[in-house]
Amino acid sequence: MLSFFIRRLGTFVPTFIGVTVVAFAFIRLLPGDPILLLAGERGVSAERYEMLQEQLGFNQPIWKQYIDYVAGIFQGDLGTSFVTKRPVLDEFMALFPATVELSLCAIILATIIGIPAGVIAAVNRGKFFDQALMSTALVGYSMPIFWWALLLIIVFSGNLGWTPVSGRIGLMYFFDTPTGFMLIDSLLSGQPGAFRSAAAHLILPTVALATIPLAVIARQTRSAMLEVLGEDYVRTARAKGMSPLRVNGIHALRNAMIPVITVIGLSVGTLLAGAILTETIFSWPGIGKWMVDSIFRRDYQVVQGGLLLIALVVMIVNLIVDLLYGLFNPKIRKG
Amino acid sequence: MRKLVAISVAAMLMGSAASAANLVYCSEGSPEGFDPALYTSGTTFDASSRNVYDRLVHFVHGETEIEPGLAESWDVSEDGLEYTFKLREGVKFHTTDYFTPTRDMNADDVIFSLTRQGEDGGEYHNMTDGASYEYFNSMSMPDLIESVEKVDDLTVKITLTRPESPMLANLAMSFASIGSKEYADNLIEAGTPELFNQQPIGTGPFKFVAYQKDAVIRYARNDEYWREPAAIENLVFAITPDASVRYQKLRAGECHVMPYPNPADLEAMKSDENINVVSQEGLNVGYLAYNTQMEPFDDPAVRKALNMAIDKQAIVDGIFQGAGSVAKNPIPPTMWSYNDAIEDDPYDPEAARAALEEAGVTDLSMSIWAMPVQRPYNPNARRMAEMIQADLSEIGVDADIVSYEWGEYLERSKSEDRDGAVLLGWTGDNGDPDNFLAVLLGCDGVGNANRAQWCNEDFENLIQQAKVESDQAERTRLYEEAQVVFKEQAPWATIAHSVVNEPISTKVQGYKIDPFGGHVFYGVSLTE
Repeated sequence: MLSFFIRRLGTFVPTFIGVTVVAFAFIRLLPGDPILLLAGERGVSAERYEMLQEQLGFNQPIWKQYIDYVAGIFQGDLGTSFVTKRPVLDEFMALFPATVELSLCAIILATIIGIPAGVIAAVNRGKFFDQALMSTALVGYSMPIFWWALLLIIVFSGNLGWTPVSGRIGLMYFFDTPTGFMLIDSLLSGQPGAFRSAAAHLILPTVALATIPLAVIARQTRSAMLEVLGEDYVRTARAKGMSPLRVNGIHALRNAMIPVITVIGLSVGTLLAGAILTETIFSWPGIGKWMVDSIFRRDYQVVQGGLLLIALVVMIVNLIVDLLYGLFNPKIRKG
Repeated sequence: MRKLVAISVAAMLMGSAASAANLVYCSEGSPEGFDPALYTSGTTFDASSRNVYDRLVHFVHGETEIEPGLAESWDVSEDGLEYTFKLREGVKFHTTDYFTPTRDMNADDVIFSLTRQGEDGGEYHNMTDGASYEYFNSMSMPDLIESVEKVDDLTVKITLTRPESPMLANLAMSFASIGSKEYADNLIEAGTPELFNQQPIGTGPFKFVAYQKDAVIRYARNDEYWREPAAIENLVFAITPDASVRYQKLRAGECHVMPYPNPADLEAMKSDENINVVSQEGLNVGYLAYNTQMEPFDDPAVRKALNMAIDKQAIVDGIFQGAGSVAKNPIPPTMWSYNDAIEDDPYDPEAARAALEEAGVTDLSMSIWAMPVQRPYNPNARRMAEMIQADLSEIGVDADIVSYEWGEYLERSKSEDRDGAVLLGWTGDNGDPDNFLAVLLGCDGVGNANRAQWCNEDFENLIQQAKVESDQAERTRLYEEAQVVFKEQAPWATIAHSVVNEPISTKVQGYKIDPFGGHVFYGVSLTE
């Protein structure tokens, strides 16, 4: 297990270096001069332009900018936003918990519904339930998240008034947020009704964000289960007279989990991408909206720092997923 | 993150959640910071200068004219170079959990607020890392201000390098907000100067309480305000970037005022009995600027002919969807000196074709530049360019459409040998006609903001006279005259002004649309 871990970690470093290059290059390859964009119709004089270039370090040769950037990373300095003038890391830390909270809720919802749905569909292969479930999943998978989220708001908040429209908590609640996770902070605050309000605000964004991963997980579980259900050992287990629940739930599902875990792991990336739209619509103060704003403003430091941090999170999650494989399938550990 | 110990505020907010004194504004975006001198965006000004700070002079609420602010009176010297401001006595800076002032606002604060923005602003200039004072610079303050001096504690003298009548209007702009020198000194001493941009202290009607990035900004009423304290006790900005979601929040009663509705939602809003939609022309103009130095566009008759070929009403109906009005002058109707007597060129393709022939122009082909971004004065430049293209083809002019990335577009369109007519626009800064006419059409602007590359002697004389004239009635006359010259010469096709629509809850009383595009909550109250 240890050697597997070390080998896996070995690929981590080059990936990380690659990410720094991509993050650095990406925002600079986009056309658009941040200073001109900041000045807009008003324009900026040539002297002033030069001064700002120098102040922001854009007059340095590109390789020098890259080296400064990488050197900064090793000192834990991801630079400063040239718009808000605040350190990128501070902004990320203030916003990231909101994204994590939402993504965790979404992935939990997608998993606890998606896996059983996939299992049930596989067991009832070809029957009505299977077809209904898989068609629904296809619809869920192909739905534009933007439209779907708005529809949820209009129906459940606007027309029915069941859920709040947007935000993380009712505006009358006002307390310190030490963890950044509203569900936890609202409990810690001790204010009556705060937790309820925070939970209510989570419902629609969670559903919107979970939709695509849910569909993917359900479909993946179904196909993995179908494959396993045809295996000899399953037939043997059945022949031994094991109850269908034990056969499907333990023997088959456990072996079908590898591709399912892969999909769950991969959907972390999808979730972070989906969070960009979901957060914008639900006014959810997470990193998705922050990144979009920064790309439009060509806020180089934020975009490259933010991309790096997000990539780091995805890489760590994938590392954990790889380790989980080993837990489910001893063959991978040795291989 | 800052520690919020403001339990009393929390209790107040909770206890009175249902009371009429809490106004929630669903703002469209996050402020970049809270020091208005550092930024140029309206979103940031709403969150800072417009509700937290005051200036020496103010714009009359909802208008473009000037009234006394922190200065109760002022004198302008005979030569127009010296402005002497008499400050109001007993004006208090905000007392908050992060600052308690020991003295009232005085001349030192005014000098601090203006001089810190110049290169020689000393330690105050760089309180925020990477600070740059874009508006101060773009309004030419470094060239214009010779000195800012203290005459006595409550008198400040500003000396200019040249007479410039729009100076008063400049001082009413957000960048000229008056901050506390004492607060700045305290922060520098504490080694946290950057907080000046994060926890503002002003003299305005609302005090800053807390900001949760990208989520909520909270303000409390300033009970020591030098005017009647605001009717609203707690002001909350609920940051809601999506226009459809803002509308749903307004419907659900989660906010009282929202900016920038989707034009498509306006009909439904107007028929909702809990929502009022207030409307007014914005302080902007969208135009098509010919390159008046290039043949055949150097001939006013050709430009006039093209103007007659463009169906502006169709453009306004099709592109603005109720959020625009046809423009006939280069300045918007809400601005003083707007010359309403001017007749617009009629939409008349036949006459246009004849006029073009008479000018000896046949087989004309040209480019139309379409901006790649949305602006209030032009929500869809691509579509607008296509409509103009179709209109021009009616009279036998062959137009192709070009576009560039926004930064590039702005740069390239400045060039004197640019080929083609450029779609662009302008939003006013200080409500002074000089800010439109001199910036966009003055001879100094050729090769720069003057996209028509137009330098007309008559026009230039009028606006230069108006720039140094201090008598308002005379200035008005000069600008009215300049608009006549503009119309005769037609360096632009004036296309449209945006119409600002603001849906508000019927509970909101006294809300006025700010011609500068701001959202001001002083003077606003709520009924049950």
